[in-house]
Amino acid sequence: MTSNFIILPLLLHMATAIVLMFLWKRITAQRIISVISNIVILIVGILLFMQTWKTGIITMQAGNWPAPFGITFVADVFSSTMVLFTSISALAVSIYSTVGINRARMKYGYFPIFHFLFMGLNGAFLTGDVFNLYVWFEIVIISSFVLMTLGGKKPQMESAIKYVAMNMLASVIFLTAIAILYGLTGSLNMADLSIKIAQIENRGLVNITGLLFFIGFGIKSAVFPLYYWLPSSYHTPPSAIAAIFGGLLTKVGIYALFRFFTLIFIPNEFITTAFSLIAVATLITGALGSIIKRDMRRMFSYLIVCHIGFMIAGLGLFTEVALAGALFYLFHDIIVKTNLFLVSGIIYRIKGTMNMPKLGGLYAEYPKLSLIMAIVFFSLVGIPPLSGFWPKINLFQAGFFGGNYLLIVAMIIASFVTLYVIAKMWTEAFWKTAPPLDPDEKAYIDGFTVLRPFSKLLLVFPVVMLMMVSLYIGFGAENIMVISKHIAAQMMDTSPYIKAVLGNEALNIQ
Amino acid sequence: MELLFVVLIGVLYGTGIYLMLRRSMVKLLVGLLLLGNGANLLIFLLGDLVKGNPPVISPDSSVFTAVYADPIPQSLILTAIVISFGLQSFAIILLKKVYLATGSDNLDDLNTHDLDI
Amino acid sequence: MKIILLKTAANYLLPLLLLFSVFILLRGHYEPGGGFVGGLIASIAFILHSLANGLDSTKALLKYSPFYFIPFGLSIAILSGLAPLFVGEPFMTVLWFENPLPVIGLIGSALFFDIGVYLVVIGVTLTILFTISESV
Repeated sequence: MTSNFIILPLLLHMATAIVLMFLWKRITAQRIISVISNIVILIVGILLFMQTWKTGIITMQAGNWPAPFGITFVADVFSSTMVLFTSISALAVSIYSTVGINRARMKYGYFPIFHFLFMGLNGAFLTGDVFNLYVWFEIVIISSFVLMTLGGKKPQMESAIKYVAMNMLASVIFLTAIAILYGLTGSLNMADLSIKIAQIENRGLVNITGLLFFIGFGIKSAVFPLYYWLPSSYHTPPSAIAAIFGGLLTKVGIYALFRFFTLIFIPNEFITTAFSLIAVATLITGALGSIIKRDMRRMFSYLIVCHIGFMIAGLGLFTEVALAGALFYLFHDIIVKTNLFLVSGIIYRIKGTMNMPKLGGLYAEYPKLSLIMAIVFFSLVGIPPLSGFWPKINLFQAGFFGGNYLLIVAMIIASFVTLYVIAKMWTEAFWKTAPPLDPDEKAYIDGFTVLRPFSKLLLVFPVVMLMMVSLYIGFGAENIMVISKHIAAQMMDTSPYIKAVLGNEALNIQ
Repeated sequence: MELLFVVLIGVLYGTGIYLMLRRSMVKLLVGLLLLGNGANLLIFLLGDLVKGNPPVISPDSSVFTAVYADPIPQSLILTAIVISFGLQSFAIILLKKVYLATGSDNLDDLNTHDLDI
Repeated sequence: MKIILLKTAANYLLPLLLLFSVFILLRGHYEPGGGFVGGLIASIAFILHSLANGLDSTKALLKYSPFYFIPFGLSIAILSGLAPLFVGEPFMTVLWFENPLPVIGLIGSALFFDIGVYLVVIGVTLTILFTISESV
């Protein structure tokens, strides 16, 4: 089915960004327009999801060039679900930013860049062309560079260098892989590549190309040997920006990994073993890193790395059950990680620090807010009825059936460590009484109570909204699991995707 | 011609990675720049080098008769060049700002903030 | 920097280079050229002017901040991409006017996309270079 509808999520973000650029430095107008456009895009995202769920894969050939020659945009259930969850996060972050980002940053174009970033994300999810994916990735990282350095404080600059260097390196590796892929097959369309790669005799070269893609995406999604840039850069930008980074930027790398390794490079035993080992290492190192960190956001950064391991584990097990679990985890993680950083922003505003030994007494001061935050934390840990629990069942099940006990041990350790660090943080920040101030230290004035009620609402509402979504993912897990299983089934049998892009004849030639 | 390109790409990648591993921030940037150029040339090489046959069908025939130069690698390279133009100009300004903030060109001096965990 | 030769030459070169950039922009569809190269040439014209006469006089010449070229160009480009949607074609399909214009020739919606690119390139390049030369 062909429809122009599918590029609407990306065009609307671009149009908003353009309008906001005309309104440069008019902050109030920018805030209102940004929130409204995010609401519209969320509605479009829901409609797009409904449509792909009901009618199957929708394609759009840009410029009316037929499939393997032009750029194809494809919305299957996987992409449209990603767009939907991205739009939910985008709306939450944009509402939060209206108060959470200071005016100086807004004057230097926070909102236009924000929309360009989300245009890139939606583009990356919806494209069906490898080089086009590269371009969207570049749009995402250029926007994220600007967001990272906006404000120009010294720690931000220091971490930006690491972030920029690693991401530029990842792009070069990605580009190299594209070059080799084009040399091998003479095509850039994912569906076309799926057919052509299967026919290539020289499997060694194919595997190496696949691994080059893995390194490129691996740097972006922070898997084991390549993650070290993430914990040393994600804690410096303001919380709203860190929420976009933590919730979505690593996940777009994971999306690309899932797309590539289920559609183009079907992993052989060597690659799945490699993925399993990488998943084990990611889970363990991320978990260990999160134990030793005393700064709340640094701890969350390590938890991002740790939980990326669960998704790679799904790819390593490579059965339908495992993929469904990993996908479920991916959706849950987008919402919860975005929310975690928003919560940390509110805590920072209240206490003026994120250093856990210095925090304390939050529960006594803000019992209701603490309860909301508790639900967020418990969803992250995966206490049974909440959202983090369900995907793990699938992953464990697949691990037992596949006999991959090492991976199961690693997943159990990672889950327990997550529970441990969150419990530790809860006691430190919420339950214990605040430690007395050092004599030479100035008392911090609570930045949250002094806000007007409406501003408070703007800060708390996104957290509550995302909390409701993750509660829904937890209590309505059945529905999400149906979606995940549907996507996993499409990943194991890619012929509907290829048919939708190239037409029915394409598969018969094979 | 192909051999020359292969050697050139190898040299660009090699020097690029070597420079990236140095401690200086400027060398890091130059290294990334060289790597990017190497990747562009790699696309050019793997799209087959054809001399003097543009992918334009002559008016008196309706199909291509000779081997023609593939236009796709060229458009890919152009896109990649434009992207790296933007990235590099951003990175240069960033380096300058970092240099003003820290007063040092050494990448090891960037960890002042990491000491407090 | 006050060099009388450069100053005189730059004043005459500015319109010439701008004309040349438009020429490059228009021939772009079938021959080497296009919005990107055209935009670069046009921004070179302004940079040459700023080298000879100083940054302030170039800014006075432009009247508006070059930054506003970016959203303006982007909106032209996006509108030219959206135009085919009204006749039921996919996004970015090239539509052609039926009759060729004198001098310019056959015009399609791709030309408007190129004009958008041209403006964006001028905007981006001048913004980058003005910012760098101001902060030096």
